[in-house]
Amino acid sequence: MTALDSGAALPKTRTEILPALTPLLIALAAFPFIGSVSTFATLTLNSLAMGMMIFTMASGLTLTFGMMDVLNFGHGAFIALGAYVATLVFVPMANWSQADSWPLNLAVFATALVASIVVVGALGFVFERLLVKPVYGQHLKQILVTIGGAIVIEQLLAAAFGPAQIPLQLPASFRGSIAFGDAEVERFRLLATGIGLAVFVGQLLVLNRTKIGLLIRAGVENREMVEALGYRIDRLFVGVFMAGAALAGLGGVLWGLYRGQVQPSMGGEPLVLVFIVVIIGGLGSVGGCFVGAILVALINNYAGFLEPKLALVANILPMLVVLLWRPRGLYPVGGR
Amino acid sequence: MSERLALKGVHTHIGRYHILQGVDFDAPAGKTTMLLGRNGAGKTTCLRTIMGLWRASRGEILLGAKPLHGLAASEVARASVGYVPETMAIFSDLTVKENLILGAREKPLDDIRLAWIFGFFPALKKFWLSRAGSLSGGQKQMVAIARAIVEPRSLLLIDEPTKGLAPAIVGGLIECLLEIKRTGVTIVLVEQNFRVAREVGDFARVMDNGRVIHEGDMAELAADAELQTHLLGLSLEAHQ
Repeated sequence: MTALDSGAALPKTRTEILPALTPLLIALAAFPFIGSVSTFATLTLNSLAMGMMIFTMASGLTLTFGMMDVLNFGHGAFIALGAYVATLVFVPMANWSQADSWPLNLAVFATALVASIVVVGALGFVFERLLVKPVYGQHLKQILVTIGGAIVIEQLLAAAFGPAQIPLQLPASFRGSIAFGDAEVERFRLLATGIGLAVFVGQLLVLNRTKIGLLIRAGVENREMVEALGYRIDRLFVGVFMAGAALAGLGGVLWGLYRGQVQPSMGGEPLVLVFIVVIIGGLGSVGGCFVGAILVALINNYAGFLEPKLALVANILPMLVVLLWRPRGLYPVGGR
Repeated sequence: MSERLALKGVHTHIGRYHILQGVDFDAPAGKTTMLLGRNGAGKTTCLRTIMGLWRASRGEILLGAKPLHGLAASEVARASVGYVPETMAIFSDLTVKENLILGAREKPLDDIRLAWIFGFFPALKKFWLSRAGSLSGGQKQMVAIARAIVEPRSLLLIDEPTKGLAPAIVGGLIECLLEIKRTGVTIVLVEQNFRVAREVGDFARVMDNGRVIHEGDMAELAADAELQTHLLGLSLEAHQ
């Protein structure tokens, strides 16, 4: 038997470090315009918190978008539902939530997070089986169906809780801010940053250290081949969709607490940013989504401070520039 | 254990196109059957239909006594069918090892089987933990084939494994295909390179316009230049 020649050595793989550095470059570029060190630090730390909230909401969407090729415009409704579930936990547990006790406050918060993850994840299952599954591969129908689904969920929330805003107060211990030198950062934002980072690390561990993660990464690249290897891709799809919905629910809790109130249409507000982050990051790329979320949040906050009238353009501009530079996103997934 | 594959009156529609128009052929157990034909004859569609990636609108596909028609691709794969698509479809963001882990499904990688594969694909051992996307075209083809045979299969469907490869690599690949063939697995091999077909194939099935128009021994077809010209439009000499 003649062994097939092993061929030449592999070409050196370039480490794609520049995309990861873009948030740092943006921060350095913005610093001279902002001037004050404390203002710059406050803005930057707040941006990190906002970025982590956006990442939490977007990371599930990037997997469903990247792997299932599903344009889920119903993601905003999942965010809103997550916030409402949190409200349902916070209201009856108001004594614990407003008590001057870290453990009690954390217990309420943790209960709200778990409840939102479970309820919105379960809704994700129903949503995928009922609405999304029949329109796989049909983008126009997906847009119509998922927007329709989102409207139904929002109207059900409005019918159940009323269309008006409902206050969602931060637990007592999460209020106030912590000083880092001259910079002031709200406690809740630090918590949100920690949760976002935990979600990121957790996703990286699942994707890189487990068989299910291996299948998801493979499925993002080539669904058909995963199926041709003997795996039930539809089961994987529904699992990923549920996880994406659960993450949206988790993000919804953070978003609701950040806003201080909930209302049925609240999921639509961050949805534009979420889609921008998913596109900037590269479809299906969790790492790209993470960098993209920080980038978008930084630009949003810096622009909002320097020239509030540019805030809307500041959301779109980074997407435009990134796509001109890297048409498949900051960290495109191979084969897509 | 290898099994005989039989297609009986298989039709496949893709959208409004009627691609396979009653394909009948069999691939004897433990032998290599070449599926030949001009571009657009329906060879790839035939493999994809067997694999369940496109549904047969009519007809029967049997692996031994087990019907494959109507099964999803994942079920066909679990019926011990390995598939190497024309595009190779390796997972480029995954390492070589991870690609093969997926090929083995629930089972852990078998060290003895791996040593056998490394025997004819030494590059895979060398680049075991490298990203598959960073490999050369020939090495990617090795990953695609190794992934299909990392566990013993009853049937292997291989679609144009030499496409786009340098002639020097094609020679090595022929040796590898012969080695795989020696394990007694049933192979259906789509190939445009007649040299590969002649050296590897036991039987030839020639397709045209979505039908099998010729069935016979590969050696007979290889020896009959007139028949080659008639069936394939080109003589063997032109494809050396």
